[in-house]
Amino acid sequence: MPKLNRDDRHEITVTVNGRTVTGRAEPRMLLSDFLRQEIGLTGVHVGCEHGVCGACTVRLDGNAVRSCLTLAAQADGRRIDTVEGLADPDGTLNDLQQAFRRHHALQCGYCTTGILMSASDFLERNPRPDEAEVRDMLSGHLCRCTGYAGMVRAILEVAEARAGAPEPA
Amino acid sequence: MKPRPFDYQRAETVSEAVAALAEHGEDARLLAGGQSLIAMLNLRLAEPGILVDVSRIADAKTISEKSGAVEVGAATTQAELLAWPGLADSVPLLALAIPHLGHFQTRNKGTVCGSLSHADPSSELPLCLATLGGEAVLTSAKGSRTLAAGEFQTGMLSTARRPDEMLTAARYPVRNPGEGFAFTEIAKRHGDFAIVALAAVATEKTLRLGVGGMADRPTVREWDLLDGDALDDALNEFAWDLEGYDDGHATARYRRDMVRRLGRKVLEEAKSCRS
Repeated sequence: MPKLNRDDRHEITVTVNGRTVTGRAEPRMLLSDFLRQEIGLTGVHVGCEHGVCGACTVRLDGNAVRSCLTLAAQADGRRIDTVEGLADPDGTLNDLQQAFRRHHALQCGYCTTGILMSASDFLERNPRPDEAEVRDMLSGHLCRCTGYAGMVRAILEVAEARAGAPEPA
Repeated sequence: MKPRPFDYQRAETVSEAVAALAEHGEDARLLAGGQSLIAMLNLRLAEPGILVDVSRIADAKTISEKSGAVEVGAATTQAELLAWPGLADSVPLLALAIPHLGHFQTRNKGTVCGSLSHADPSSELPLCLATLGGEAVLTSAKGSRTLAAGEFQTGMLSTARRPDEMLTAARYPVRNPGEGFAFTEIAKRHGDFAIVALAAVATEKTLRLGVGGMADRPTVREWDLLDGDALDDALNEFAWDLEGYDDGHATARYRRDMVRRLGRKVLEEAKSCRS
């Protein structure tokens, strides 16, 4: 790959939520800013910008990662999934989003989009987690208004529902 | 908080990466997972002229067991190493330590060699490399050299890597029969930087303890098998030698106490799981 000059805005093409889109970015542009400003996906929230709070978490080639600790240039040619891709096109929320609503797992919603993307990746890798594993995954996110109890309940419920009937005690 | 402008070059091979380092010298920084470096760029603690991205070098995404060590390539993420099926058998200490390293979301992108190169004194992977007596393989356009862990990490956030070199592999020694391992750390929140991190190895005749978060680099001490008061005395002496420091998270005194108490706990745990 040729060197990208610092002062130029370079074409970056990514497949976001199944759609191939192109935007422009200087090498220093963070993926979080690229998704919000160039692609218009403002469900990507920016909190601390140094990888601690987890608000900006998206999936890069399926893996939950911090988009504030990723350069837009690094995502060129790769697949990205954001919270905008979770619901059906008609707006019906997916099972995880519905469970979050049911269990009051959010109030202000700022941290929620990142947490939904982490939980989506997590549940695919670990379809039947126990509570400790869910809490370990959530340790990568900060929520300052609601607390984590509702989130833990929502995620465990989705895992159980996806796996079918609960196992006998 | 946005980075200062820099040029960006994605290397497709190790030779491309080291050629870029040879050309740009200290103005270049290697970018792998970026979980420390991009945070430092955002905070403007690092201001390189060019980033050389090694995260997509296909040949560097490797984990293999050879000549008594598990060798991890430069683009291998921490999550990939943790998920490697042979890890718990071959290098049990890493299987115990990596879950403490950052979070699920940062391990998905952060690399093993990147963490070693960043050389944070409280970080888990440098601590394990030091405790196990592993090696670092550095490559430049002129060739490769291999350094012992203790020669590689030279201080806080500093290593013996020369500006034209890339850390192309880390070698973690495979367990010997009869060894037991344990790992623990104290942090404000699980996955945060460790206040004190401890790694223990017990063999038939010796006890070895590596400690991070106390000195400017991980520090390892080995004793003949000890127990009772003799072990407490040895740990006390080690804690005073390490000294520790005060910061916003804990005092030096607290850190020394963790070496005494948790040191004893991990050493006994390592002894009890020898096999």
